[in-house]
Amino acid sequence: MAYEFTKEDLKEIEKLKTKYPEVTPVTLPALWIAQNRFGHVNPEVQKLVAKTLDLPEAHVHGVATFYTQYYKEEKGKHVLDVCTCLSCQLCGGYDILNYLEDKLGIKKGETTDDGMFTLNEVECLGACGYAPMLQVTNDKYVNHLTEEKVDNLIESLKNGEQPEYEKIGMPRRNNIK
Amino acid sequence: MSKPDWKNFEPVLIPDIPDLDQIKNYEKNGGYSALKSVFTDNDKWPDSKSVINEVKEANIRGRGGAGFNAGLKWSFMPPADGGPRYLACNGDESEPGTFKDRKIFEYNPHIFIEGALIAAYAMEITTIYVYIRGEYKSYIDMMEEAIQDAYDAGYIGKDILGSGRDIEFYVHSGAGAYICGEETSMLESLEGKRGYPRVKPPFPAQKGLWGRPTTINNIETLAHVPAVINRGAEWFKGVGAKNHPGPVLYGISGHVNRPGVYELPSGVPVLDLIHDVAQGIKGGKELKAVIPGGSSTPVLRADQLDGITMDSDSLRTVGTMMGTAGMVVMDEDTDMVDVLWRIAHFYHHESCGQCTPCREGTGWLEKILLKIKNGEGEVKDLDLLLDLTTQMEGRTICALADAAAWPVRHTINRFRDEFEARCKKSVHALA
Ligand SMILES: Cc1cc2nc3c(=O)[nH]c(=O)nc-3n(C[C@H](O)[C@H](O)[C@H](O)COP(=O)(O)O)c2cc1C
Ligand code: SF4
Ligand code: FES
Repeated sequence: MAYEFTKEDLKEIEKLKTKYPEVTPVTLPALWIAQNRFGHVNPEVQKLVAKTLDLPEAHVHGVATFYTQYYKEEKGKHVLDVCTCLSCQLCGGYDILNYLEDKLGIKKGETTDDGMFTLNEVECLGACGYAPMLQVTNDKYVNHLTEEKVDNLIESLKNGEQPEYEKIGMPRRNNIK
Repeated sequence: MSKPDWKNFEPVLIPDIPDLDQIKNYEKNGGYSALKSVFTDNDKWPDSKSVINEVKEANIRGRGGAGFNAGLKWSFMPPADGGPRYLACNGDESEPGTFKDRKIFEYNPHIFIEGALIAAYAMEITTIYVYIRGEYKSYIDMMEEAIQDAYDAGYIGKDILGSGRDIEFYVHSGAGAYICGEETSMLESLEGKRGYPRVKPPFPAQKGLWGRPTTINNIETLAHVPAVINRGAEWFKGVGAKNHPGPVLYGISGHVNRPGVYELPSGVPVLDLIHDVAQGIKGGKELKAVIPGGSSTPVLRADQLDGITMDSDSLRTVGTMMGTAGMVVMDEDTDMVDVLWRIAHFYHHESCGQCTPCREGTGWLEKILLKIKNGEGEVKDLDLLLDLTTQMEGRTICALADAAAWPVRHTINRFRDEFEARCKKSVHALA
């Protein structure tokens, strides 16, 4: 498959160039645009980014492989990143990961045969107070996970629904004893 | 020292005002008045230095973890020479246990934008970047919107409020790398490269982004600036603990009934935060341990907490630090070996690999702790771990190696019995 940016993508990349005094800094946002377009930044896509920005392929490859959020190969349609780091570990993050492994019939790092789900174990996502939690395909956080909430999430993703942004209200002083 | 009257404290960064994220509401509640004062009131603020002095006097200690006086840091910028100068705002927020800056992005983005613009004015900075971790996609979108609103209102851009000052303000998204929270790694990432921390000196104030003078501050640090300008350094210094003053966003997580981010004065007793603010340990269990300010800050046993308050002086007396004020609370059933192994795994995973003591050291720490966790360690492994930590500290390009070493040393020392109990009896018969 030949990868090409759309006109809109190219326009956005041109606009990004005005944010920085040189073109190299556009590498990260351009990789984001590419990943949003193609679902991953495999070596072919990395080449496209390099060509578009007129930067060495080795540079783009080096950047793509340094950062964990760039998918260097195709992933499932939905990527579930379960946090098991410190606070999530304390609050049952591993139970959620194990539950998902059983439910999806795969191990962490793997993708289901139907290509629907990839399951990952990840480091702290900055949602420690709302543990255990996971992130869906680099986008929405799903917090306060229970087995039931995981079941519902999987169901709705299968039905093509994306999770909503969960607004977590500030705990207020008048609630403090 | 007297305890701050935290129960009657009125939040400044995240006050209980609905829809404060909307610029109109922010303005209605006094927002951007500090910016107007600094940019237009030449009697009150005759020059940039007068702003730096006020902020220095307030002693806003950096909320990103190191606790350095923000105004003092600003004063390190060399004199302007007409070329570009940068402010890089650190919203990488990846230290386990830390989830506070996102509250500013979500509930009060303009207080941060206003603070950053005042900082830019004071240091004669021409371009501001706010670096936000890539996982915070929702907050990146919110910040893009807030910055656009501030552009449209004339607070960012050319000739701001007729001051003759031009300042640009951009969001730069990370893409998953804890190390990019380290300030020079963040600069590399902003320059579009792999996030390898730089050797210092030269310091960013001399040679930062694209070799130009650059200051790096945490999001919360900058969000404190408008109130310092509006109410004065004296006011700020009067809030909370003497040597670590001002409001603090405490993030409380772990085994508490009501985890969350709370804005309270510095210097609140640790036990008040756990028992009153976060409403105690889940399931009525006993408290076992607390990590006060993110995973790198040394853990405290429950019996060390009497009278200890959340500020650097008090925490130092029990051998720990304020860090990011991200408190992780652990109940009596917590397995300290498992916890420490998980922390070691984190730092090993996140080491950028440039320095041998860090790359190899974090790997060994994790490996040996896994062995102990699995019941296959020996008591001498504990001493090997402690020895490794001394070989890692202070020998690397950035502080990640230290951040990995501290929790290992202190958790083992403070919970030695638990670690020994997990070790095999010596397999070698004594002669
Ligand atoms: C490994 C490592 C990770 C860091 N991560 C962060 C971070 O996520 N956010 C942050 O504000 N500071 C972080 N810091 C501290 C920054 O290097 C820097 O000191 C800080 O952003 C300066 O801002 P402040 O003085 O306002 O606190 C980190 C430091 C190290 C060594
Ligand atoms: S101390 Fe570790 S993270 Fe920091 S530069 Fe060296 S190898 Fe990289
Ligand atoms: S430990 Fe899971 S979000 Fe921080």
